[in-house]
Amino acid sequence: MATDTNHDGVRPSPVGPAASAGRAATPGGTAGGSGQELSGLDALELAGAGRDRWWARVGRGAWPKLLALALVLVGWQLVVWSGWKPDYLLPGPVAVARGLADIVPTADFASAVATTMRRAVTGFAFAAVVGFVLGILVARIRVLRAAIGSMITALQTMPSIAWFPLAILLYQLTEGAIEFVIVLGAAPAIANGVIAGVDYVPPVLVRVGRNLGARGVGLYRHVIAPAALPSVLAGMKQGWAFAWHSLMAGELLVTIANRPALGQLLGVYRDQSDSLHLIGIMLVVLAIGLMVDAGFGAVNGAIRRRRGMT
Amino acid sequence: MTATRGTSAPDVRQTDPGPAGAGPGPANGTAVPAVRIEAVSKVHGRGAGAVLALDAISLDVAPGEFVCVVGASGCGKSTLLSLVAGLDAPTARTLTVPGRPALMFQESALYPWLTVAGNVELPLRLAGVGRAERRERARELLASVHLAEFAQRRPHQLSGGMRQRVALARTLALDSPVLLMDEPFGALDAMTRDLLHDELETLWRQRRPAVVFVTHNVREAARLGDRIVLLSSRPGRVVWQTTVDAPRPRRMDSPETAAVAAEVTDRLRAEVRRHGH
Repeated sequence: MATDTNHDGVRPSPVGPAASAGRAATPGGTAGGSGQELSGLDALELAGAGRDRWWARVGRGAWPKLLALALVLVGWQLVVWSGWKPDYLLPGPVAVARGLADIVPTADFASAVATTMRRAVTGFAFAAVVGFVLGILVARIRVLRAAIGSMITALQTMPSIAWFPLAILLYQLTEGAIEFVIVLGAAPAIANGVIAGVDYVPPVLVRVGRNLGARGVGLYRHVIAPAALPSVLAGMKQGWAFAWHSLMAGELLVTIANRPALGQLLGVYRDQSDSLHLIGIMLVVLAIGLMVDAGFGAVNGAIRRRRGMT
Repeated sequence: MTATRGTSAPDVRQTDPGPAGAGPGPANGTAVPAVRIEAVSKVHGRGAGAVLALDAISLDVAPGEFVCVVGASGCGKSTLLSLVAGLDAPTARTLTVPGRPALMFQESALYPWLTVAGNVELPLRLAGVGRAERRERARELLASVHLAEFAQRRPHQLSGGMRQRVALARTLALDSPVLLMDEPFGALDAMTRDLLHDELETLWRQRRPAVVFVTHNVREAARLGDRIVLLSSRPGRVVWQTTVDAPRPRRMDSPETAAVAAEVTDRLRAEVRRHGH
């Protein structure tokens, strides 16, 4: 019972915080005085809680990335200059940039990017729906968790390219084969994000929600879903990486006549031994993957900042 | 060991402990109680590992009464509040609570994705209150805890004491006749806690809910309670209770409060000794 030893001394004089906040303090802590003392204490506790503007944060994050990019380009150029491979097999960054400048304005390139992005978006959207439904079911139903909870993770370790022979038998050389593998690759990651998100909602938040009158769907909408959101987003970000991997593998294997796509262009340029344009397309694939990933990262970062998790 | 013995506080009037500790509220014992707990038991777990957390607890809380529940660790104080709040089901029971009691915890448990105002509005939103009225009532509630100017902040931007005041405002938004508080100021520094005692007392006097305030801090109980109820540990039973008649507002460090606290501490120590060897 040592808990009240704090109060054995003299009560803290109200001169301290309230006076330093520039307000007259009422001694003794009567109702009016306590309000002033409280706001004095509030002012003291919140002092110096400034926040950076967004451009300052972006600027701070950008220069290490630019520096790393510059180092990679320099390294690449050094390898080319070393004469390890002939120029026509391993062109330097400047030549690749010129090659890219040639193909980017063409209609074929635009249609290839459009086809690939359409597949990515539909496949990822489908994977998100499957992942959400599966995740919610596994998180809520104990039998399902015991039955397939670990299987979902096992499914993630299966390389997506290993699914293609079966997908091609099932769907022939169609869009369906590609979408099938994208969903198999991305849905487990998204489901795992949902499961982890629901599992790690702090119980006290749920108890408070029930006390505040949230029941059933309301509890999900106002408490569980927002609490699980960061984990769900992390799952979607990972799911996107899996989807992009699967899509590129799929477009290399499943080529559909008269429908150019980024992955398929990789195959075309390899057949033509055109490593200049091959590397150019690889850079485009890398850039698109990174941009979407950065988009997820930005949303995730904004949520974490709003919630004070950083 | 009776409250009237020796130098104990003149303001302490002891009610008859009785075998189950069931006692009426202080002055208006004949009124319909705001909370009636009658022979409520709770067993945690099953089989050989089962623990009897609460053993046939009986306790009535009169409307507008401020009851402080004290006890050593493991006395099932928090369990009792969960049962009254309807978040847990008692194993055996007669529990009469009109409406839904509002519950507040040691951690503020504010929702980090909502603003301060959004948190206070949530219970109103869940009750189907319209947007304009919600906003107005949240504003009033925040003003009543002196946080009106922080309505658009996020919980993480506030100090611990401010967060507890937002939690109090959110709890009050339920407008429940019964307010359950589970060590709500346990994690705060002494000065903030003193101020929040004043704050809580003011709000309680304005709104007059029945309050069940669980604490392990005996002096806090003597500062706030109309009545102090002592729970035994493992299993929890009401072993003793006393009413505190000292005029309000009281102070943590006044001789009257200290005398009441000393009396309760003696009882508590005797209770803890029972578990020694």
